[in-house]
Amino acid sequence: MSTVTKPRSSVSGSIASVATLVAIACLGALLIAANAVDPLMEAHAWVFFFLTAFALVAIGIWAGGLQGRNPFDETYYEDTIVKFGVAAAMFWGIAGFLVGLIIALQLTWPGLFYFPDLGWTNFGRLRPLHTSAVIFAFGGNVLIATSFYVVQRTSRTRIAGGLWPWFVFWGYNLFIVIAGTGYLMGVTQSREYAEPEWYADLWLTIVWVAYLLVFLGTLWKRKEPHIYVANWFYLSFIVTIAMLHIVNNLAVPVNLSGSKSYSLFAGVQDALTQWWYGHNAVGFFLTTGFLAIMYYFIPKRAQRPVYSYRLSIVHFWSLIFIYIWAGPHHLHYTALPQWAQTLGMTFSIMLWMPSWGGMINGVMTLSGAWDKLRTDPVVRMMVVSLAFYGMSTFEGPLMSVRAVNALSHYTEWGIAHVHSGSLGWVGFISFGALYCLTQWLWKRPALYSKNLVEWHFWLATIGIVFYIVALYFAGIIEGLMWRAYNEYGFLEYSFIETVEAKHINYMIRALGGGMYLMGAIVMAYNLVRTALGHGAAAGVVEPAPMTAAKLQPAE
Amino acid sequence: MSDKHTEIDAHSGVETTGHTWDGIKELNNPLPRWWLIVWYISIAWAFIYMVLMPAIPALPGFGGTNTPGVLGLSDRTLVAEKVVAMNAERSVASQRLMAASLTEIQNDLNLQQFAMAMGESAFGDNCATCHGAGGRGAKGYPMLADDIWLWSGTLDGIEQTLRHGIRHEGDDATRFSAMPAFGRDKLLTSSEIDDLVQHVLSFSDRDTDASAAAQGSTIFAVQCASCHGVNAKGDRNIGAPDLTDAEWIFGGEPADITASISNARNAHMPAWQDRLDDPTIKALALYVHSLGGGE
Repeated sequence: MSTVTKPRSSVSGSIASVATLVAIACLGALLIAANAVDPLMEAHAWVFFFLTAFALVAIGIWAGGLQGRNPFDETYYEDTIVKFGVAAAMFWGIAGFLVGLIIALQLTWPGLFYFPDLGWTNFGRLRPLHTSAVIFAFGGNVLIATSFYVVQRTSRTRIAGGLWPWFVFWGYNLFIVIAGTGYLMGVTQSREYAEPEWYADLWLTIVWVAYLLVFLGTLWKRKEPHIYVANWFYLSFIVTIAMLHIVNNLAVPVNLSGSKSYSLFAGVQDALTQWWYGHNAVGFFLTTGFLAIMYYFIPKRAQRPVYSYRLSIVHFWSLIFIYIWAGPHHLHYTALPQWAQTLGMTFSIMLWMPSWGGMINGVMTLSGAWDKLRTDPVVRMMVVSLAFYGMSTFEGPLMSVRAVNALSHYTEWGIAHVHSGSLGWVGFISFGALYCLTQWLWKRPALYSKNLVEWHFWLATIGIVFYIVALYFAGIIEGLMWRAYNEYGFLEYSFIETVEAKHINYMIRALGGGMYLMGAIVMAYNLVRTALGHGAAAGVVEPAPMTAAKLQPAE
Repeated sequence: MSDKHTEIDAHSGVETTGHTWDGIKELNNPLPRWWLIVWYISIAWAFIYMVLMPAIPALPGFGGTNTPGVLGLSDRTLVAEKVVAMNAERSVASQRLMAASLTEIQNDLNLQQFAMAMGESAFGDNCATCHGAGGRGAKGYPMLADDIWLWSGTLDGIEQTLRHGIRHEGDDATRFSAMPAFGRDKLLTSSEIDDLVQHVLSFSDRDTDASAAAQGSTIFAVQCASCHGVNAKGDRNIGAPDLTDAEWIFGGEPADITASISNARNAHMPAWQDRLDDPTIKALALYVHSLGGGE
């Protein structure tokens, strides 16, 4: 029976095993701090040591205060950790958008934020801080929080692993801190979206394996006969990211007490491995992970059945099979052999419809509830996110065509493309989920202010339009200028002229990004007031208990 | 929970699959037909492309390389052909350019336009980084669009500078001179440098402390005049700038001049003859010569 609490030994077992792992990490960090061969490693080892030591003390105090109470009661969902995830996502999101705005301004007015004596303020340091903060810190916390929420609800069971889910959450955020401070100090292995050095990568591997086991363990003890489609998508995200992360980061440290390592790959193999990783990070972190969010939160919020079970099966398997081959399209017209470019391009074309399967299933789920687009701005936000998803998953295959890529590659078009996908698709579906989660987790009848959601929606939507339209124009102008020849066959424009040509576009981009950031701040305010039970959020709505009625003795 | 609990959705009239997760159900709609058709077309297109273009590696019968594709369009071959064609097209004009004198070029409109196009393009990619678009200059990098020349403003002189650079290590013919760092190497005290700055400012008719400038003039005569000239008009043979005009490569404010005297500047420019071919260097010289003050 599900209501029977687990034996005490398994409760203390997960606490002891987490504490042991954290203690080993803590001692290891101390050892490295004492022997560090470079100041960067020394700084990071101390950060790691103090944060893990703090975690150990916290675990000790918390476990000592239990006094026989089972903290992992199987009759309740673990929702506190999801609340932490919502808060972390909101914090990192605003931090990441802010850094994005700063570097957009740096590109527009290079003298504005130029401090020769403060190396960490340089664009080169801040750019990976922005990308990692929005993708891994914001996106990653949204994925962890929603996956923990969704897998419990759709499996009708408490999350598995006792204290381990908490290890996943805090361990992941420790990785974020190490990665972010590393960028500012100048630690990098120069792999785009995989900049953290070997020790941070090792730590993330441990955290990620724990994440996989927690997720699988929860599915294993589910009380529903079938695994819900959102969970297939979450699982594909967790498994594939593990594979991508490990292979792309295979490296040999110069010294076990030093921050520098050398990749196992070289030359064009290195480039291909990197873009196999980079492309599938988009595919399996930013696509399948957020499709999982879509598959739970859209039908749940709109209170309509998912449009087509069959479509979800076919587009899931075709998406994950085809996506993994498309990476070489990032290396058109390079030293990569042409046959591999053909592979990347043809698989990208075949990927178009499998990608759109998710959009069709999401949008069509609204049929019978179209009025909610007008009445519920949260639903509208999630549907608009699918529109951006559809746009960028059409644009991706288009840009993978070599003749198109010859114009678009290395230009602002690429920046416009990824921001239509990230601000529009990933951002909006995340915002939708965060609005839902805050209302549901804090058991509020409604959000604090629907008007503020409207403000967020329009600020962010208009911001995105400014952002991407400005950069589409900049990209095409720049691409055409790069390839312009005069009548004698010499290049018409020097590089600096192509930079000057997009100055106004850069200003509009920064404006759009600023509006998007403002929208996120409005959202954070709304979420805090909702959690506090102010305004329309006053009162408490008790959700149905986990084991209510549905669970039959015969099962 | 059972798979048999299917029901008909009231709105769409479509049957559900009978599964329920946290209240979420699924309709049993078929795959959209247009979706399936477009997908089949994209798959067919991909396979046709693979037949036409280089695609499959390591198949037996292809000598260890990939299938070349029915169209035989190899990037490497196409690029090599284009480079050959471009070189052939340019070689005639380039040879004429190399053989022609300045006057001949100036009298041959077609050749002059070719040289300007070549020079402007090469300037944008190689020189504008420091000297600015159109040779407008920047602090530390001389303006090339005026008639003030540090070393030489003739066509041959500009070409000499381009080929061998300025203070370029490892090039014996590089343009070379070295101004002492009067402050850093303690050749002058800081109050002497202050006096000297006042004197230098007086060359360009600016307000100065007359007594300090008078002190400075004695120092100038001993320390500076040998290179910059008694009248401070400079000397192109050793790249000593004219101090009487309004053009200051490193800035003409008292603080800039103080820094120049204290630490010396002795700027560098690379020798380009190892990086650019002869016609490009000649075209660059012609282009720079044409910017404003060619002699």
